[in-house]
Amino acid sequence: MDAAVEARLRPEVAHHAPTVEAVALRVEELRVWYGNKPALNGVTLDVPERRITAVIGPSGCGKSTLVRAINRMNELIPGVRTEGRVWFRGRNLYDPDVDPVEVRVRIGMVFQKPNPFPKSIYENVAFGLRLHRRLSRRQLDERVEWALRRAALWDEVKDDLHRKSGLELSGGQQQRLCIARAVAVEPEVLLLDEPCSALDPVSTARIEALMEDLKREYTLVIVTHNMQQAARVSDFTAFLLDGELVEFGATEELFTRPRDRRTEDYITGRFG
Amino acid sequence: MTAVAVEAGWRRRLERRQLLARLFVAGCQVATLLGLLFLGLLLADVVQDAVPYLRREVVTNFPSRFPRQAGYASALVGTVYVAGLMSLVAFPLGVLAAVYLEEYARPGRLTRLLEVNVANLAAVPSVLYGLLGLGLFVEGLRMGKSVLAGALTLALLVLPLTILSSREAIRAVPFSIREAAYALGATRWQVVRHHVLPYAAPGILTGTILSLSRAVGETAPLIMLGALQYVPFLPRGVWDYFTVLPIQIFNYVSLPNPEFHRLAAAGILLLLAVLLILNGTAIWLRNRWRVRW
Repeated sequence: MDAAVEARLRPEVAHHAPTVEAVALRVEELRVWYGNKPALNGVTLDVPERRITAVIGPSGCGKSTLVRAINRMNELIPGVRTEGRVWFRGRNLYDPDVDPVEVRVRIGMVFQKPNPFPKSIYENVAFGLRLHRRLSRRQLDERVEWALRRAALWDEVKDDLHRKSGLELSGGQQQRLCIARAVAVEPEVLLLDEPCSALDPVSTARIEALMEDLKREYTLVIVTHNMQQAARVSDFTAFLLDGELVEFGATEELFTRPRDRRTEDYITGRFG
Repeated sequence: MTAVAVEAGWRRRLERRQLLARLFVAGCQVATLLGLLFLGLLLADVVQDAVPYLRREVVTNFPSRFPRQAGYASALVGTVYVAGLMSLVAFPLGVLAAVYLEEYARPGRLTRLLEVNVANLAAVPSVLYGLLGLGLFVEGLRMGKSVLAGALTLALLVLPLTILSSREAIRAVPFSIREAAYALGATRWQVVRHHVLPYAAPGILTGTILSLSRAVGETAPLIMLGALQYVPFLPRGVWDYFTVLPIQIFNYVSLPNPEFHRLAAAGILLLLAVLLILNGTAIWLRNRWRVRW
């Protein structure tokens, strides 16, 4: 047994296990309420750099709330209150002087339901680039191609870039377009909120392969209700239940030797 | 056959249920046809009356004591003038207010109060807007019975409608699209400017044109303002006196000479043509540009 795994098994680091990994994000005592209803009750977790971290748990356990708190998307919903800290590159993203716009440029997001803009494929990818950079026509073309290649979509759409609307693509293509759009602005972290739940198995497999490829450059956090998916793609897995982090560790460990009884019950299908 | 069908009386009651279903459809058809029938009769009657006056002079001539020489030139131009000026005021105000209420206003008591008020204002009888215009623009701001006073009064009248229809259109843009733009690091203004407004534009324009056609057909508020009934010239500026089609029609109908009634019928067709053009444009815009999510 190597030192890394051993470190994770030590009881005092039970809740934020991957101490030996480089940490991209540290979520600290995060609490979120929808109105008066608590959704997260103090979650602390270190997200390792350039790895895929899966967040699993039954419906309503707070998985989406957790990832949406990381890039401050929750505050778009009226009545949401957030406490706690999210440390990223030495700064707390919830400090009053941090602009959520900057947070979202550096921490991108892909949503559950593919949500391309009703514009051409090209414009979908170019939108984020135009917001943040002054690029010449040629540079823009290059960046769009790069992002679409990165999302394994280029070959399927290169002849229809300007002619086809993002809405005319199939569901799986739309989701890869959304990934291309997010990757185009070169974030450091990519949050994926159940990105495959609206997709067929073939499209799901393509997205999973894509994630495997993306993790060489990006830190990925994926919310999934599909435990097989978490087991297949992720390096680390966090299990949430009723707004609390029950267990967090290397995916293989968590699925084969869960330390908490509730984790075991969940992954063996006793509830959820 | 299941056991249900075997039960005594089930088949008999089924026949009754089917009969009721057919009766309901028949009732709906009668209601629809009745509406169309009366509309058709009305139109036929108007056309019949208007026949001798369906000629160019009806559009080109000014009002006159002699029905054969009278026309709607000043009323038609007045309608276009007033409606155009009104749109210039009501469209930007309505859209901005709608954007504020949908995208910026924090939900709370004040916002709810505003929303309820806008909805209620849309239902206020138009005569009251006439009184308001008379007190505020004609008397208070000393604009007189001018094109500007008329346009501003009608702008107040259609503003709630413009706000309501624009809000509908803005709300039809899915939240997921806003989220997508925010997640790429767009500011609120950029989300509104590049996504919400462009995608809502067909709906906003449609609603605005429909409220414009409502204003074009209004008579009461402009009568309250004291819009003139005899205007033998075209308005040359926003301070000029004016008249509009419905008022001119109202004027001709109230004259004793039955020839004028025929002239009024021709005016009604003219007004209908204007409204048809406006509503047709709205439908065309909606079908041409609507985004299907």
